[in-house]
Amino acid sequence: MSWPLLIAQVFNGLTLGALLVIVAMGLTIIYGALGVVNFAHGAFYVLGAYAGYIAYSETNSFVLAMAAGAVFVLLSGVVIERGLIRFYYDRPKEDQILVTFGAGIVLVEAIRAIFGGLAQHLPTPSWGEGAVHLGITYYPTYRIEVLGIVAVALLLFYVVLYRTRLGLIVRAGIEDPLIVDMLGINVRRTFLTVFGVGAAAAGLAGVVNAPIVTVTPDMGADVLVQSFVVIVIGGVGSFWGAVAGGLICGEILALTSMVAPSYSQVMLFAAMALVLVLRPQGLFGVTGRQ
Amino acid sequence: MIERPAKSVSRRRVLKGAAAAASVGPFFHAPKAFSQEAIGNWPAGVSGDSVFVGVTSPLTGAYSADGADHLRGYQLAIEHLNGGGGLVGHISTLKGNGVLGKKIDYKYADTQLKPNVAVQEQTTYITSNKAIMITGCVSSATAIALEALAQRMHVLNMVGASGADETTGADCQRYGFRSQPGAYMAAKALTPTLGKLYGKNKKMIFLVPDYAYGHSVEHATGTLTQQELDWKNLGSQVCPLGTTDYSSFLLNVANSGADIFINVCFGGDAVASCKQAKQFGVLDKMKMVVPNISAFQAQQTGADIMGGVPGTMDFWWTLAEKNQAAKLFVDAFEKKFDAKPMWCAHIAYAQMIVWADAVERAKSFDPVAVIKALEEGHKLAMPLGEVWYRATDHQQVRDVPVVMGKKQSEMKNKDDYFEIIEMAPGPGLMPPDAGTCKLPGYT
Repeated sequence: MSWPLLIAQVFNGLTLGALLVIVAMGLTIIYGALGVVNFAHGAFYVLGAYAGYIAYSETNSFVLAMAAGAVFVLLSGVVIERGLIRFYYDRPKEDQILVTFGAGIVLVEAIRAIFGGLAQHLPTPSWGEGAVHLGITYYPTYRIEVLGIVAVALLLFYVVLYRTRLGLIVRAGIEDPLIVDMLGINVRRTFLTVFGVGAAAAGLAGVVNAPIVTVTPDMGADVLVQSFVVIVIGGVGSFWGAVAGGLICGEILALTSMVAPSYSQVMLFAAMALVLVLRPQGLFGVTGRQ
Repeated sequence: MIERPAKSVSRRRVLKGAAAAASVGPFFHAPKAFSQEAIGNWPAGVSGDSVFVGVTSPLTGAYSADGADHLRGYQLAIEHLNGGGGLVGHISTLKGNGVLGKKIDYKYADTQLKPNVAVQEQTTYITSNKAIMITGCVSSATAIALEALAQRMHVLNMVGASGADETTGADCQRYGFRSQPGAYMAAKALTPTLGKLYGKNKKMIFLVPDYAYGHSVEHATGTLTQQELDWKNLGSQVCPLGTTDYSSFLLNVANSGADIFINVCFGGDAVASCKQAKQFGVLDKMKMVVPNISAFQAQQTGADIMGGVPGTMDFWWTLAEKNQAAKLFVDAFEKKFDAKPMWCAHIAYAQMIVWADAVERAKSFDPVAVIKALEEGHKLAMPLGEVWYRATDHQQVRDVPVVMGKKQSEMKNKDDYFEIIEMAPGPGLMPPDAGTCKLPGYT
């Protein structure tokens, strides 16, 4: 171990964490506002990656691919919410888990049936090619740019959540859905938008991450599990919780790999267990949610 | 001979009769003492016109592309065994009318790359379908689990794709037969080529998927390169199976000071890690070696990354240019599936052919008889050349293709990703009979 490597890994943890932040943001909004444990979230991530791959094949524009991925998954999220999820709002959590888990399997297998199991190739955009010398190590340019993309996406989220009426309703609904209902606000109609936007976040993350990893039907499995860890650590329904949780998880993965690579994923769960013991609502969690 | 007692029976006569009856008793059991006892699903599973073979393969998960190829090999083999074509006819014992005149019936199941799922599925095939043989996997962890099942249930297991040494080493089973070269064999085949390409006294670092196969390949390759080339092992980056982002591991590799990067990852993991190794500049700093190259790795990773990368494979389709049996297999596969067969398909196809030939030679589906027929070391002319099974550990003795990736400019057609640099002769590659394998009994 050396200081340059340590600093390089800390930086790498930021970029690892950035993608987790975006995926977890969608998950935490859905869970926080709707109370739905969405086990199809990993499938939305995969759907976004494939939508982006098709869009890129047709247009050769990565920006359009990102937009296509986010929009396609937003619309898919809306369809799934209207067609399936909305019947489960008042059902027990176990039913929600089962139905979203099943929906996730169906989506992934549909993708596999159409595209096959072979990895598809979404190349790094031309403005992201090559590597940058950070003084301590060479680092892929695109991964640094991902930090920028994620920052922009987070800013958009923040603006919507904290500066719009919709965001006000969502945050109020996270704090106390009963009161919001009693105030005559149709929270359920908001749910549709929330589910779509939450899904779109995962879809965007899928496209953004596609040049880094390989685009396969199974690419979402790890991400689903890790994003749940993020929201448990950060706190359900919290914007800043998703940010903090994602970055913490990214750093845990990167730094553990330096000393005990085979334990990097295990340490994520150890951290989650620690948070559950010491502060069950998460670092920024809202205690009022039942 | 039974004495019929006379109508009026004296006590002495009864006693004589009883003694006579007792003395012939054993002779009624005599025929049974010379016949085979029922074992596993034999003879119950062969009573009809067909016999059942249970097939499993990972159709989802990180190895799903290889899994699909693997399944195609089985489908083609069973079609040929039942109706002729390919190697049936080339192998003299196989006539294309089933095996011992019985059609092969089969079903397949997705293992999801999980050993417990594979065991569940094959247990169903054994208990409900009376499978006379079970086969198929692309994972050493699954292979070892299925071999244990086969031994327990006394149903033969022709192992699918499995590269760990343990499959015919510490975890060997009487009812399991493995054809793919184990980690030791692959490393033994590859090491001389690495010496020629890169010389002695190099520093190497490993990227290892954290399961049986990964550690086995790391151990074998590390040991042999150290012994024969004086290479120094700087250590291993161990990653979970199915990892998508290798950045933290590859940063460590890039900063290790190694000359050689040995990537043990397989399937989808190999594709992701190779792509990312290029992004992190690892391939600019050091040479990459992939001891066991997955079938679709070059296709998915790209010739720009895999060009010039050495490794081994179980089989590569260009063997058809030199070997009649390979040509029969490759042509038949291409005709049916409009694609070249990769090596998981080859393992599936070849294992079915070897099994069928053993059954024909044993003239019975009795697993004990078939095992003994395989253990005889009977040589078959197969796509790799002559192959046979070693009785002491049930590892197939076969040549190992040492390959090198072709650069884009060298490719003659869209499938021409690799050049076979050498066919390392099988007998010289076998692990020393050090006794790690203790085969359990036949019954």
